[in-house]
Amino acid sequence: MTPFDYARADGSAAAVKQVSSAAGATFLAGGTGLIDLMKLYVERHDLLVDVGRLPLDKVEVIDGGVRIGANVRNSDLAYHEVIRTRYPVLSEALLSGASPQLRNMATVGGNIMQRTRCPYFRDGLSPCNKRDPGTGCAAKDGYNRPNAVLGVSDQCIAANPSDMCVALAILDATVRTQGPKGERGIPFADFHLLPGDTPDRETVLEHGELITAVDLPANPWAAKSHYLKVRDRASFEFALASAAVALEIADGVIKTARIGLGGVATKPWRASNAEKILIGQKPTAELFAAAGEAAMKGAVPRQHNGFKGALARKVVARALETLTERN
Amino acid sequence: MTADNDPNRRNFLQGVAASGLAVGLTGTVPTGPVAAADLPALGRPVPVRLNVNGADHNLSLEPRVTLLDALREVMHLTGSKKGCDHGQCGACTVLVDGRRVNSCLTLAAAAAGSKVTTIEGLAEGDNLHPVQAAFIKHDAFQCGYCTPGQICSGVGLLAEGHAKSDDDVRELMSGNICRCGAYPNIVAAIREVQEKP
Repeated sequence: MTPFDYARADGSAAAVKQVSSAAGATFLAGGTGLIDLMKLYVERHDLLVDVGRLPLDKVEVIDGGVRIGANVRNSDLAYHEVIRTRYPVLSEALLSGASPQLRNMATVGGNIMQRTRCPYFRDGLSPCNKRDPGTGCAAKDGYNRPNAVLGVSDQCIAANPSDMCVALAILDATVRTQGPKGERGIPFADFHLLPGDTPDRETVLEHGELITAVDLPANPWAAKSHYLKVRDRASFEFALASAAVALEIADGVIKTARIGLGGVATKPWRASNAEKILIGQKPTAELFAAAGEAAMKGAVPRQHNGFKGALARKVVARALETLTERN
Repeated sequence: MTADNDPNRRNFLQGVAASGLAVGLTGTVPTGPVAAADLPALGRPVPVRLNVNGADHNLSLEPRVTLLDALREVMHLTGSKKGCDHGQCGACTVLVDGRRVNSCLTLAAAAAGSKVTTIEGLAEGDNLHPVQAAFIKHDAFQCGYCTPGQICSGVGLLAEGHAKSDDDVRELMSGNICRCGAYPNIVAAIREVQEKP
């Protein structure tokens, strides 16, 4: 790590002021992502403002929905009774990610800001437009097995690694922030940016804007939801492909459908086109296979990640089947 | 002798600027007046009060010092091990306020004010912690390098109370790698403690 100063935040407003007034400052919460990347010299900061002990650590039921404080640890959220029963996809996604130690440290706010595992981003040396804008992309024609096939650009094919975010992508979540210009709520679909020509810019957050909470509305269908993750080993590994799904079935036909994808896209992915073909239909294996096809339409494979198209199609279909059988 | 012409202080501060870790590694803190020009531009030491295994430590550490390095290099509690130093192997696992965490990804400054329990703090006098005793009984290690982290992780797992089966224990111990492959015996050790009345 390069040298930095450390300050423990004295309230959200003070933390926002400290970070927004210094170009080299950033927020520290659980540290599982930030300290790792600083040790790799991928991130360098002059000042870490530690917001990890701010009292943003409650899960509150509000207007039938849930407000999750940004400092709620991943493990606490995953095992929270309200989340397990009303948003099982979120609990399952969280428990499929990282290790118990890391889940005890990592926060909800930090997980939303989780950065890619692209090996060329993390090595600190290779051309990488995300790490060093304008240097190129070593992954496009290099070892790109872990990289994305959806939402890619000529400048970047880095996959978003978060499991939690795939669940949030189908739950109509809103990210609540406090920044130099005040507070705002950002619809989750708008929060992460496609790489386009500026892969270094990953979210709509401004410098010094702090995530304070995530709101989930009261969606009755969310109680029937599921997360399926496929990876190279059974535990403590990032997704090759994952699916967050929810279904509301009434009178034998699908009324509401949600499909999110992880491991295959440059941002937490909602497959709206695949959802549409499910509506009004009877839930069958053939229909779910068609949803998988639709979800991966437009995929742009590279040399080593062509398998992700076929894999993700089957992950979507199997997740929908499991969910239907479960209910 | 003033701070400015004290060669030891000057050398020391240059060492801080060069190595960054010097303050943390030696546990030494500059005292008395220091000229602003002598201070490193960044990485100014911060006070860190830690309760480790019941003993209070008042340290002054450069912010880069991780909890793991503070334990090993400053407090000389070398039971917690540095494996990958990136949160991937679990050898550094300790309990912070009763929760298992990777001490390599925890800044000591961020842990300030917390109660830390390491492998050195689990036994009560000569009485081993039940998980320690079970690891010996079940031969749950070979080289032993990962063992302090495995045991602290096992203690954390038992406190969390989510493991109901051997498979659950395997899943919830996945943050601790054992390159000797003692996994079956580690599972057996943790299960035995769990099932004791």
